[in-house]
Amino acid sequence: MIQQEWPLWEVFIRSKQGLDHKHVGSLHAADAAMAMQNARDVYTRRLEGVSIWVVESRHIHASNPDEAAEFFEPAADKVYRHPTFYDVPDSIKHM
Amino acid sequence: METLAPDLSPEAQFQARIDADIRIEPKDWMPEAYRKTLIRQISQHAHSELVGMLPEGNWITRAPSLKRKAILLAKVQDEAGHGLYLYSAAETLGTSRDQMLADLHSGKAKYSSIFNYPTLSWADMGCVGWLVDGAAILNQVPLCRTSYGPYARAMVRVCKEESFHQRQGFEIMQTLCEGAPVQKEMAQEALNRWWWPTLMMFGPKDADSPNTEQSMKWRIKRFTNDELRQKFVDMMVPQAEFLGLKVPDDKVQWNEERQAYDFGEVDWEEFWNVVKGNGLCNHERLQARVQAHEEGAWVREAALAHAAKRKERAAVAA
Ligand SMILES: [Fe+2]
Ligand SMILES: [Fe+2]
Ligand SMILES: [Fe+2]
Repeated sequence: MIQQEWPLWEVFIRSKQGLDHKHVGSLHAADAAMAMQNARDVYTRRLEGVSIWVVESRHIHASNPDEAAEFFEPAADKVYRHPTFYDVPDSIKHM
Repeated sequence: METLAPDLSPEAQFQARIDADIRIEPKDWMPEAYRKTLIRQISQHAHSELVGMLPEGNWITRAPSLKRKAILLAKVQDEAGHGLYLYSAAETLGTSRDQMLADLHSGKAKYSSIFNYPTLSWADMGCVGWLVDGAAILNQVPLCRTSYGPYARAMVRVCKEESFHQRQGFEIMQTLCEGAPVQKEMAQEALNRWWWPTLMMFGPKDADSPNTEQSMKWRIKRFTNDELRQKFVDMMVPQAEFLGLKVPDDKVQWNEERQAYDFGEVDWEEFWNVVKGNGLCNHERLQARVQAHEEGAWVREAALAHAAKRKERAAVAA
């Protein structure tokens, strides 16, 4: 007997029309069709979704948490990217 | 990783993050002991969901109506789902599904002892939902805020589904209690058998639970065993009274000063005996698990072979 696990898949679900797909968890399946079936049974037993994506986990590239500080730092000192950076006179409406 | 105190050791930084309620995610640095403890705790929980299907599965074909059968099937299916959410969470810590199942099947890994008690009558389905799932909810709700992200997220899912489990159990009890005298007796008899084992679900007394302190510090446990047990009794005694049933403990009495119920001592000898493998159903439960796993081996292998063949054919066609 070959001892081999089914590959791991990540599951993304659109909870309703108009919203993004969101990561909900993972599961094992032999292929994409089975991953889709299993995702339906494991993650949408109560109408939690209208659309499912499954992606084999090995295809996901993640940012490195140890480098998160340097990686995301460039955005930290750019407060002018936010509307709250600007003073708008009280008399100006609709801005 | 957010660094709260760059001068401190990795351990101290880790603890600072936990104290600040910042979740730990799979690839973050963590102490080996934290990782190991979590793998044990989460896989033990996953095993409990899996083995927990057996005592209720026992009644699916004998449920008294089509409605009850559909409900029980849905509940058991949920428990399978809970097991899967939790195995996935444990896998993010670097263990594998195969390893966890092997540990369950060899007896190395534990699961909740409550599932080593037999389900003898239909009223047991009421007690399992009402009491056992009720106790599980008390254990699980605080874990929705536990420090390890994937575990916390799995618990949020689990908790959303558990309240249906408890309610359907209570409804079974209520229906029996409002039925013929013999049905009410059946409900009382089941309560008599399940009450004490359910109190044992919260684990040994705080004084005999040496790991509690570390686990609370790591926020992978948020209340002590005795605190949860007390909460459970306070919740359940009035519910039993509502049903017109009596919990099988003469020492149960409202304590005005503590604003809580006093209750008797759990039979700890029985508790440890079941933990050690000598409960009524330990052998049967494990055997059923191993058998299902072994008899399913060809399906797992065939699915892989089928997937490989289709991939090959698609490659040739392309
Ligand atoms: Fe469950
Ligand atoms: Fe559970
Ligand atoms: Fe449950």
